[in-house]
Amino acid sequence: MTDALILHPALILIGGALLLPLLRGAARDAAVLLLPALAMAALWLLPEGRLWQVTWLDYQLAPLAVDKLSRLFATIFALMAFAGGLFALRQPSRLEVPAAYLYAGSAIGVALAGDLITVFLFWEFMAVGSTLVLWSAGTATAWASSRRYVAVHLAGGVILFAGIAGHLLTTGDATFTGMQTDSLAHWLILIGFLINAGAPPFSAWLPDAYPEASWSGTVFLSAFTTKTAVYVLLRGFPGAEILIWIGVIMIFYGIVYALLENDMRRILAYSIVNQVGFMVVGIGIGTEMALNGAAAHAFTHIIYKALLLMSAGAVLAATGRRKCSELGGLFHSMPLTTACGIIGALAISSFPLTSGFVSKSMVTQAAVDGHLFTVWLFLAAASAGVFLHAGIKFPWFVFFQKDSGLRPADPPVSMRLGMILFAFLCIALGVWPEPLYAMLPYAVDYVPYTAGHVITQLQLLLFSGLAFFVMLNYLKRTPTISLDTDWLWRVAGPVFARRFRDVLQATRGSLTGTLSSGLNAISNLITRHRHPSGLLLRSWPTGVMALWVMVMLLAHLLSDFFG
Amino acid sequence: MKPYEHWLDDPRNVKRLWYAFLVVLALTVIAGLFVDLHPHFAIESWFGFYAAYGFITCLLMIVGAKALGLLIKRTDRYYQDDERHD
Repeated sequence: MTDALILHPALILIGGALLLPLLRGAARDAAVLLLPALAMAALWLLPEGRLWQVTWLDYQLAPLAVDKLSRLFATIFALMAFAGGLFALRQPSRLEVPAAYLYAGSAIGVALAGDLITVFLFWEFMAVGSTLVLWSAGTATAWASSRRYVAVHLAGGVILFAGIAGHLLTTGDATFTGMQTDSLAHWLILIGFLINAGAPPFSAWLPDAYPEASWSGTVFLSAFTTKTAVYVLLRGFPGAEILIWIGVIMIFYGIVYALLENDMRRILAYSIVNQVGFMVVGIGIGTEMALNGAAAHAFTHIIYKALLLMSAGAVLAATGRRKCSELGGLFHSMPLTTACGIIGALAISSFPLTSGFVSKSMVTQAAVDGHLFTVWLFLAAASAGVFLHAGIKFPWFVFFQKDSGLRPADPPVSMRLGMILFAFLCIALGVWPEPLYAMLPYAVDYVPYTAGHVITQLQLLLFSGLAFFVMLNYLKRTPTISLDTDWLWRVAGPVFARRFRDVLQATRGSLTGTLSSGLNAISNLITRHRHPSGLLLRSWPTGVMALWVMVMLLAHLLSDFFG
Repeated sequence: MKPYEHWLDDPRNVKRLWYAFLVVLALTVIAGLFVDLHPHFAIESWFGFYAAYGFITCLLMIVGAKALGLLIKRTDRYYQDDERHD
């Protein structure tokens, strides 16, 4: 350690999470708000560099290492913990906020880890914290989906660990730096990262699990796992070309499934995959502009996605309903929630004057600068598609469309404040992006607000809106779900296991049937001969013995006599 | 005349919003004539490219999603029915 006075922001939040359950009332509320603030303060007091260094098994570990990229992600994680804690102050579950702080602290730990072993440790703590957040919802469906969730993440952890072990074996260096997709170990690390990013074919864990958490739990869940994955991809695999195409698949997968979805929070969960897809494309392009764009988009995305899920959480807490087909007309009695939901929806759609406009357009610009025409066409179509599936669909079906007759009031003050804080940031970052640009890993040479950019973006988005209302009849919500890859482990896997068991039982049955008669015959034979009264084991009278000895002696005598 | 609970509940106002929306749509396309859009790819300099592209790709995405929906849509009791067997 270079300086004993340096505090690790992740340990502040994790240590605080362990103390929170002991507190009650106002002390607990104060601690919930102070812990992320303390972590944030500690983070910004840290100088850059590898601050903590330890040697373990001949490996140089750096559990606390700071540069611009890690500070950017740790900042947004601490900010998210604060706003989420504020929103969740009235959450009756006593487990959820401590679990969320363990989760957020571990995400900060990943962002500040200078070596792969520390990354892995905090990676697994995140899986524990997020599973506990899911459990604290306390419903049967949350329990069932948490078991699938933790299974996927532990499997991802094993793959990541195998990759890290292989990397350590071949290089002997634990430092977390850029890697190439040139060896099995590095591919395993990449796969481990991508599973947490929500990349296909394992993407289904995300829309399966996140919408089952409580009204405040989903807000926390939306932020950390996928964005730490974006962070480690940014640091570990910048410019890996395969990520462009994985990202494009994620973008359109998210749009198509969100268009088909009826559950308001599953719509938003699919749109997380869609948005992370934009970041993954940026990482795959790998220029300074693209990496800046991916990092900036992760930052703004956490804010507007949390805002969207806060407004959905407010609706869920007030009505107990999640399905678009059972909601509608809520703008009458929830004006603030409606306004915040719309601001989040505009930001996710990258409307001018919102945060999404200043971040996502950097990724698109990087595709243009690299003359990647096909990628650019996909990104432009996807930008229109985001407005379609999240920007209009979510607020329209939840707050407007037909009147459901529900008249719930806006949520309590702590929830309102959480929403107002993030709605303010969505607009503030969109109007004044310079502070965000100053935090990005590379110097920013990009001006988002040119007349041409604003006009083309408005054309793209508004005509996408026209398409939505023209096609409204085709988008009417039905009480259905869409099969995703989780079908493989929820239906196909169990069916296969049951079939296999049936085949096994049938085979055993028929084997027993055909063999038993033969086996019985053999065993009867053995029994007959080896039975105490059987031929070989029964006791013989002494007279018989004497008789046979006499017969043998006689035979011997005769053979001697004639021989 | 029955008063509406909210001004948005009045169909006449909804109709006015539609007209306003269509005017804004037209304005964004017309503005493209007077502003340098900095086209990089040749396709970008077509008149109203972004408007047409946004509209058409969205139609395609909706139709594509509906088509896929025919294959993968199930009732939302699908997994509950299944889990009862266990």
